[in-house]
Amino acid sequence: MKLLLLETKLHLRDWPSMLFTIGLPVGLLVVLGFSIPGFTEQQESGERIVDTHMPSSMALLALLTLSCSVLPAVMATYRQQGVLRRMSTTPVHPSRLLGVQLLINLAVGAVSTALLIVVAWLAFGSAPPRQWAGFVLVFLLGSAALMALGLVIAALAPNAKSAPGIGSAVMFPLMFLGGIWVPREIMPDALRTVSDYSVAGPFAQALKDTWAGHPPQLMHLVVVAAGLVIFGGLAVRLFRWE
Amino acid sequence: MKMIEVRNLRKQYPNHLAVEDVSFEVAEGEIFGILGPNGAGKTTTVECVAGLRKHDGGTVRVAGLDPRAQRDELREVLGMQLQSAELPEKIKVWEAMDLYASFYPDPANWQELLERVGLAGKHDTLFKNLSGGQRQRLSVALALVGRPRVAVLDELTTGLDPQARRDTWALVEQVRDSGVTIVLVTHFMEEAERLCDRLALIDAGKVVATDTPAGLIAQVGGDQRLRFRPTAPVADDVLLALPEVREVSRNGDQIVVTGTGNLAPAVTLALADRQIVPTDLRIEQATLDDAFLALTGRKLS
Repeated sequence: MKLLLLETKLHLRDWPSMLFTIGLPVGLLVVLGFSIPGFTEQQESGERIVDTHMPSSMALLALLTLSCSVLPAVMATYRQQGVLRRMSTTPVHPSRLLGVQLLINLAVGAVSTALLIVVAWLAFGSAPPRQWAGFVLVFLLGSAALMALGLVIAALAPNAKSAPGIGSAVMFPLMFLGGIWVPREIMPDALRTVSDYSVAGPFAQALKDTWAGHPPQLMHLVVVAAGLVIFGGLAVRLFRWE
Repeated sequence: MKMIEVRNLRKQYPNHLAVEDVSFEVAEGEIFGILGPNGAGKTTTVECVAGLRKHDGGTVRVAGLDPRAQRDELREVLGMQLQSAELPEKIKVWEAMDLYASFYPDPANWQELLERVGLAGKHDTLFKNLSGGQRQRLSVALALVGRPRVAVLDELTTGLDPQARRDTWALVEQVRDSGVTIVLVTHFMEEAERLCDRLALIDAGKVVATDTPAGLIAQVGGDQRLRFRPTAPVADDVLLALPEVREVSRNGDQIVVTGTGNLAPAVTLALADRQIVPTDLRIEQATLDDAFLALTGRKLS
């Protein structure tokens, strides 16, 4: 419990990471929503981009930043500095610290997403996720899969300095495949097929679907769950404490 | 009572044999030193003792516990200060102490502990703003917060300036006086000589010798060397006639006398009989460095 409190405090003291994971997604939503006229206009489907696409993409941005950049950087730093090793000399195993980090990053992702829901509603009158139970399920499943991927990155990074670099190399393609820059609807078929299996793609789509009130597609859930199993298994096998 | 017993310890890494055959015993309340050059297997040895690594051969007992099978019990008996382990940059001194105290069932009063290591005034300082010596003292405090019976201190003073090193030595002696058995890993001869009750010299994964610092030096012969400039000429024979003197050599007007026992008083007395004063007198005694050199054929540092 003390570990959770203290690590949360340390996380909050690291204000640049808070800025990138909570401030940036909300800021982009507001700035882009107000400055690009097309975003608040009705599409053929009758939806506006600020209704579901923009806020769910920004939630994905926050979660990708947390899982591929913040989490691996912290864990690789703790490993390199010997924080994990020092903890293994006490009766408390360093896996507790790992668990606490996962929890904190998940919590920051949830706060960021909640803030996006509220701000999209206040600024643009966008409705909150209509399929809220499905939305929460998709959020938890997808976040878990991405965090597991983050742990694989932390395991593969040879030192603390290289972790953010490797993280970015994974994060930017996933942002692209997740449809943050080019919506999945207008992707060429081949690209969309790749996106369909990229974990980030089906995760983004399922967030968007449940936000709009549709049930998530089974195939999307299966791909995300498979990602969780594969990355989780790899993380368990590869993670090094020292 | 034996606090630590290590017999024929062996640890093989994928590409090299770190510890080939190490045995030693540490009595309760001792400061036991493990001295050797870098890469001799010192750290691997104590990591096996502390249960951080699994050894491949031999037996290890700490307060009767097997570090491999009884890791959890061992953690409550043994505190360890690791070589170059840091803390998160933005953790405050009191937060680290409070956190580590919460890991143990019956922790020490950490405010008192901070005072003992001289960090009471750094209560709210961030870890990254501590000096090297302060970090090491915090490390010692963290190793002691679980009220261990054994504390393993690995390369405690490496990288510290001479003043910080002396302060840290005083702290180690104070910790021992509080009843904690200490295993001190070091490659500083001076540190081992000053602090350790007994020590094991380790080279290339093997114990070369185990004894008190004075005993180790005596093992290699305990030769002493006297250098001085006499105020009047002295014949070699005058000095060689003394039973303590083995060899006399000259270096310009400087005389170098090598021998054993009460060499210095014997030589100065013989000179005084002839109204000669040895000026610029210097006495050189064998050190642990010499002992190590004699035992392994290699220099310690």
